Amino acid sequence: MTNSWTDIKNTDLVIIMGGNAAEAHPCGFKWVTEAKANRGAKLIVVDPRYNRSAAVADFYAPIRQGSDIAFLLGVINQCIQNDKVQWDYVKAFTNATYLVKDGFAYSDGLFTGYDESKRDYNRDEWEYQIGEDGYVLTDDTLTNPRCVWNLLKQHVAVYTPEMVERICGTPKDKFLKVAQMMGECSAPDKVMTSMYALGWTQHSKGAQNIRCMAMIQLILGNVGMRGGGVNALRGHSNIQGLTDIGLMSNLIPGYLNIPTDKETDFATYMSTRAFKPLRPNQMSYWQNYKKFFVSFMKSMYGPAATPENDWAYDYLPKLDVSGYDVLRAFEMMKQGKMNLYFCQGFNPLQAFPNKAKLAEALGKLKLLVIMDPLETETARFWEDHGVFNKADPSAVKTEVIQLPTTCFAEDEGALVNSGRWLQWHWAAGTPPGEAKHDAWIMAQIHLRLKELYRTEGGTFPDPIVNLNWPYADPGEPTPEELAKEMNGSALVDVFDPNDPTKKVLEAGKQLSGFGQMRDDGTTAGGCWIFSGSWTEAGNMMARRDNSDPGDTGAFLKWSFAWPANRRILYNRASCDLDGKPWDSSRKLIEWDGAKWSGYDVPDIAPTANPRDVGPFIMNPEGSGRLFVRKMMRDGPFPAHYEPFESPVANVVAPKVRGNPVARVFPDDWKQFADIGDPAFPYAGTSYRLTEHFHYWTKNNHVNAVLQPEQFVEISEELAKEKGITLGGWVRVWSKRGEIYAKAVVTKRIKPMTIDGKTVHIVGVPIHWGFVGAARKGFPANVLTPFVGDANIETPEFKAFMVNIEPSTGPVA
Amino acid sequence: MNMELSRRAFLRTSGAGLAGTTLGAMGFGEAEAATAAYIKPFHLANTTETRNTCTYCSVACGIIIYSKGDLKKGEKAEIVHIEGDADHPTNRGTLCPKGAALRDIVHSAQRLQYPMLRKAGSDSFERISWDVALDKIARAMKDDRDANFIAKNADGTTVNRWLSTGFLAASATTNETAFATYKVVRSTGMLAFDNQARV
Repeated sequence: MTNSWTDIKNTDLVIIMGGNAAEAHPCGFKWVTEAKANRGAKLIVVDPRYNRSAAVADFYAPIRQGSDIAFLLGVINQCIQNDKVQWDYVKAFTNATYLVKDGFAYSDGLFTGYDESKRDYNRDEWEYQIGEDGYVLTDDTLTNPRCVWNLLKQHVAVYTPEMVERICGTPKDKFLKVAQMMGECSAPDKVMTSMYALGWTQHSKGAQNIRCMAMIQLILGNVGMRGGGVNALRGHSNIQGLTDIGLMSNLIPGYLNIPTDKETDFATYMSTRAFKPLRPNQMSYWQNYKKFFVSFMKSMYGPAATPENDWAYDYLPKLDVSGYDVLRAFEMMKQGKMNLYFCQGFNPLQAFPNKAKLAEALGKLKLLVIMDPLETETARFWEDHGVFNKADPSAVKTEVIQLPTTCFAEDEGALVNSGRWLQWHWAAGTPPGEAKHDAWIMAQIHLRLKELYRTEGGTFPDPIVNLNWPYADPGEPTPEELAKEMNGSALVDVFDPNDPTKKVLEAGKQLSGFGQMRDDGTTAGGCWIFSGSWTEAGNMMARRDNSDPGDTGAFLKWSFAWPANRRILYNRASCDLDGKPWDSSRKLIEWDGAKWSGYDVPDIAPTANPRDVGPFIMNPEGSGRLFVRKMMRDGPFPAHYEPFESPVANVVAPKVRGNPVARVFPDDWKQFADIGDPAFPYAGTSYRLTEHFHYWTKNNHVNAVLQPEQFVEISEELAKEKGITLGGWVRVWSKRGEIYAKAVVTKRIKPMTIDGKTVHIVGVPIHWGFVGAARKGFPANVLTPFVGDANIETPEFKAFMVNIEPSTGPVA
Repeated sequence: MNMELSRRAFLRTSGAGLAGTTLGAMGFGEAEAATAAYIKPFHLANTTETRNTCTYCSVACGIIIYSKGDLKKGEKAEIVHIEGDADHPTNRGTLCPKGAALRDIVHSAQRLQYPMLRKAGSDSFERISWDVALDKIARAMKDDRDANFIAKNADGTTVNRWLSTGFLAASATTNETAFATYKVVRSTGMLAFDNQARV
């Protein structure tokens, strides 16, 4: 989230699209109710189903899953056509006025530079025109046809209300009503918030769904405002933290990057990370990259990271592809290229697409290691459960080690919530049996591996034997030790670079924030964005002062929010060019002629003159990007692409199948239904229920009682057509597998008309499997296609094609 | 612990916000009063209170866990009750149908108790010791890494990667566990390293 849960009370309009907060985030959704009751805020829900959020919405509009970009670009088109633009904000704080290279163009669904054989673009032309002074050329009059604003205007022109209805199935009048309500928030004293979740991310163009909303929020002037922003609701309790700490193929903690093969040494790696400002006087905060990187390497490798060895640069693995994400890992496993696999609190047999492929892949491992508080289907993938999990254990050679871990109630430490709050919690119970903390297990594995390398030697033992492991009990690092290590500390006495006689930090002291990090090896810090969370003043994450001066919803003394305890990102943009709040009733910070101050930690240097420095300081432009340059693989503007399995061809680009740059492995192509395939005529989608959490709560008797049995949802019209009755069994199948479930026939799903064709929707909740306290059932991933988003490889769980028929139920 | 502010203090400090709060099933309604009424004297007199957060979604509702026995004193502690934390700014004591049943996930019949091994071709798990499990894992890692580690690519560039072993990290562990995991996994050169953020 750019903002926070408690900030939602400050909004005038909530749009829930690509999520269902009332169902999946009920206690956070209460802040929507607060805004409605106390401010008269309105709620819009746009979703294929009339869902729980829609039930309390002021306005609901249906949409076909996988068509959100057409809808949102249609909204941008309406804003431009009807002058619903926060012009002062757009001109000053976005790149609308910037000129783009003449070589950049878009036609027939493709941008300049497409190479079909590589399914990739040469993105060189997706860039600004740079003047002789090294800064971007701009046109403040917005008359130059090459300025971002005019290119955007041209790009969205095709998404008329009629076209939106044709692609999305949203009736024109309903679409226009939504666009009109959103457009009203272009007034400086009207603010909209966007709440989204997996309904937007789980598509082959998920990242571009979210970009569309970011663009709308910039056009309406709502980024940085109280009650505004773009707010990912997020799923698991610490998925934000795990991502912040970079537990992904290509990341280093704090959103730094693992080097690639082309970055053969540290100097080359740093050469593309200069982040030189693109506008005069601009602050470009990533210019501190080297300080964060070197401090991280000192935390990883301690004395072994030296200036002479480029801070142990060669200890880091180098990437030859964009990333070894989990889809690629399972593809490699299936091809027999993976021997060992660890699952720490993760049940991939249920959580990734195409269960049959996943099970085949797991069967090719030598050893599978499970660390979990609970039984999982993955740990028992080799076990025969009849129709629910057909397997022949004698034929599966994979060894499985299952390790019992503690759960939340038996462990201490911090979790990061959707609003970036790091909240500390304490252990309350004794673990069952011989269950152990994950940190203990990881330490034990490391120590044993290190010992083997010490005694036997082996291949490149250096990064393992030199791993910095400074814990009082090496066998079990404590949460306090690890938290302090991420915050960072001074390794030696540190002096002011401008005055070498002035000591600014004493050796061994905790850093007060990332501003104290150095690139000369004198500071260590595992995750720069968490710096400030455990300082010499103590554990900031454990703070529990719930006072809220000005009733802003900021709660600055409750826990710690990254970065720098800031609660609303880009909050400098809540003020006009002179530093006065756009809306005085929604003041967040303010410029008093000498400094910035207010209810939140300013997202700008405290003394930066408002006319000199743009608010988006993480971008070298200082502005929000309506045109994202070459930073996304599938285009500097979003464009409508159909899902890989779709009932219709792409109306605006008939020759383009799916997202043209999404990665698809050859065997998976063969398992996609053709466009408009009569064998798979219905548009399937998957979702969650309020009584269940993924595949965990089927292990909880109470939740299993609340929702004991799997079902799928269809419209009355489809039920009638297929002879399906409420509560009767159905079989649902895709090109990848079949499930049996009870049918819920409901008025909450209606057939849609897409490009003149009737399209029925089949809804599949995800929560069932073959272990647990609930009745056995089928996970939704039996049906879903093995393809991910073009930028970040989130699987396309929300839009796929199925068939359905009445059935007598599963025969075990 | 860390209960400097009582639930009453919450009422004082956020008076205006609470006075204007919604009456209704989906707002906070009289959540504070209802929660207060629910805290039976039994809990306060006979149990240890511990602050925690709900393990499910990222709203991260504050909870209070009540245990028989005090872990901090080295006692065995049995969790007997979990409820919403009325001091918490986000949930103000309320919980959803998942959070309300948290105690029963802690005590689920499917909680794992002991390290187990399923041998190749076997149709069941058998119990093993932690030492056997951990030594077996370290041995398998060492052997696979030594056999398949890629020190240089075809161009002779140092790449130091290990692709034949992968690690899927959790989504509900703490930052601190995540950092320990990061250090251990990354130090081996593993690249097939991912978490649940994608799903």
